[in-house]
Amino acid sequence: MRATPEKATRETLAALRGAIARLGAGVVPDAGRKVAGTFSLGAAAPDEILGGGLPRAALHEVFSAGSADAPAAAGFGLALALRAAGDRPIVWIRQEFVDIETGGLYAPGLVAFGLDPDRLILVSAPDPQAALRAAGEAARCPALGAVLIELFGAPKILDLTASRRLSLAAAASGLALFAIRVAGEPTPSAAMTRWRVTGAASAALAANAPGHPTFAATLLRHRAGPAGRTWFLEWNRDRHVFVERASLSGAVAAVPVGRPAAPAEFRRTDFRRTG
Amino acid sequence: MKGAARLVALDRRARDLGLAPGLTLADARARVPELLAVAADPAADTGLLERLADDCERFTPLVALDLPAGLVLDITGCTHLFGGEAGLAAALRARLERAGLTARAAIAGTPEAARAAARFGRARTDRAAIVPPGAEAAAARPLPVAALGLSDEVAVALSRAGLKTVGDLADRPSRPLAARFGEELPRRLARLVGAEDVRITPRREPAPVIVEERFAEPIGRAEDIEATLAVLAGRTVAILEARGEGGRLFEASVYRTDGAVFRIAVETGRPSRDVAALVRLFRERIAALDDPLDPGFGFDLVRLAVPRAEPLAATQESLAAGVAEREGGGAEAVADLVDRLAARLGRDRVLRFAARDSHDPDRAARLAPALDKPAATLAWSAPDPDEPPGRPLQLFDPPQLIEALAEVPDGPPLRFRWRRVLHEVARAEGPERIAPEWWRAPAGTPARDYYRLEDRDGRRFWVYRAGSYGEDARPRWYLHGLFP
Repeated sequence: MRATPEKATRETLAALRGAIARLGAGVVPDAGRKVAGTFSLGAAAPDEILGGGLPRAALHEVFSAGSADAPAAAGFGLALALRAAGDRPIVWIRQEFVDIETGGLYAPGLVAFGLDPDRLILVSAPDPQAALRAAGEAARCPALGAVLIELFGAPKILDLTASRRLSLAAAASGLALFAIRVAGEPTPSAAMTRWRVTGAASAALAANAPGHPTFAATLLRHRAGPAGRTWFLEWNRDRHVFVERASLSGAVAAVPVGRPAAPAEFRRTDFRRTG
Repeated sequence: MKGAARLVALDRRARDLGLAPGLTLADARARVPELLAVAADPAADTGLLERLADDCERFTPLVALDLPAGLVLDITGCTHLFGGEAGLAAALRARLERAGLTARAAIAGTPEAARAAARFGRARTDRAAIVPPGAEAAAARPLPVAALGLSDEVAVALSRAGLKTVGDLADRPSRPLAARFGEELPRRLARLVGAEDVRITPRREPAPVIVEERFAEPIGRAEDIEATLAVLAGRTVAILEARGEGGRLFEASVYRTDGAVFRIAVETGRPSRDVAALVRLFRERIAALDDPLDPGFGFDLVRLAVPRAEPLAATQESLAAGVAEREGGGAEAVADLVDRLAARLGRDRVLRFAARDSHDPDRAARLAPALDKPAATLAWSAPDPDEPPGRPLQLFDPPQLIEALAEVPDGPPLRFRWRRVLHEVARAEGPERIAPEWWRAPAGTPARDYYRLEDRDGRRFWVYRAGSYGEDARPRWYLHGLFP
């Protein structure tokens, strides 16, 4: 089909508007589906450091410090996926062992976190190899919003080649890929960003009740920007944005760029002030 | 004689030596010292029969077992493919002979007539007995009454009455026979002489659409099988299109020359007529097979059946296909992805959540294969705005026992030990009492008091106490889920 001059003009204008938006806010509007832009976290401080947000067509790794922080890593990964996916379906590929070790995904809990379970396709992989193959398959489906791969430990098969393959698939389809590594140790990989996430003390509600999901997220590595910062982020389910906890309580000083995070001390400070 | 080993089955040479089933093994050995005897294994015999039945499906899709040692094939409308009834029988016998089996075959108008002709007729082992249409009654007359397959008592009663052959019975009015020997006798007689025709119940229901490809020279390479499947898929799709249907389940059967049959089934989430997608699914499925297709001496028949098809309206290829791709193609692409993942990993590993109408946390949601059509699903109850999650992201099934120290009677735990790690509770909310579903749980199941906890390290837990202090001697604490 030949494009009429009017249509061509319209398209050019749309592309230019997109470019301007990118320059201004660092965020590409969700309208252009094939356009693999960035997605922001919604919190001002990390978005500024990240240069407006995280690239969508890429692989991002989320490590949990240990098996105990698995729900924090899963929650953080899911929150990023929700930011990236818009309203498109999400595929969550889970190694079976993760279900045994940290409990199976629970639909009412997904609702409570802000994901409509009808949007989720859950793949239970018997081993890491099957998980990676399923991920490779899912990563080539541009109709999806995001793909989460949750693996336990440090499977040998997840090497630089495997992560590179996933990254390329993500780049080709414009899909955001999140590898959640429960109790995994960072190894060389082709991921765009690498996070380490632990649970953090939440802002107490009335009668000292536990508050909203709160994460201490450390950006260990970022291919296109500075890394090493730790942010205390609270997930707002209703608006689907992260809110920086430090700014809420005003208690935690920002960790300087480039300095390895010292979460233990910070968490303690945080806790003393709020609790 | 009780407890003696007896002969169950004999080959032709043993029979010619005068041995017969029922003889004790000691007697038989006394008569024929060089007798070779193996322990009878009825299960293995049935297994062999099942494998033969699989292989016989190359002649007709309607095959039934006739235990303990027979197969019944409904060859209606299939004979012309093998050069008539005699040709089919010869081909079948040749296959069985090559497998090292001795077989007697007979073709007749009803299953019972054919069975009787094969077992009791004068059928020679080198040629099949063919009863011409309408001649069942005449063919059955010389057969012994045992051909009716009646119980021993009736058989004895018949022989005492001097009724030795089917012919003796066929001439008599059926009413007195029924009065004396039971209702079963005239019914069996009617089937045997072709007066009544009851079709066999095949082992596998024949699929509405079956296409196949036979090879004079067996094929063995995976590429050839794939190419054959592609050709067959094309023909299947053409038939489905004419019927206005799309397949939900496709089953490829690959017949090896030595009689082994491999079946590979792929399922689609919605009715499909897409040849390329089908071939891709089959490729995935074959790659994921636990025991790969072993070609042995080659495959000589590949069949593609569609056991399950559903109406599917014809699609119009439009100029605006590109637009449709952008707007509505998303759901299709996701469904295709589900098909591929299910073909690779198995249908029970690609799942979707479905809500259930239950307040019991264990039963509030269930996982169903994503390939299945979603039943009329309940809506998920929306969370209250600005409230923290009331349900955990991850749930343990079954809940994990913990040691907890809590305030009596209904305070939250102050600290608890889970997986040998002590957690000091910093924040808590609860209890939320959830009673068991009395119509489902066994009587006496205690109610659960749930607490949301946060420990000093910022991890959040969902724990409950089964029962309450005072009523129970020592209520137990469980960890049920983890919050992010």
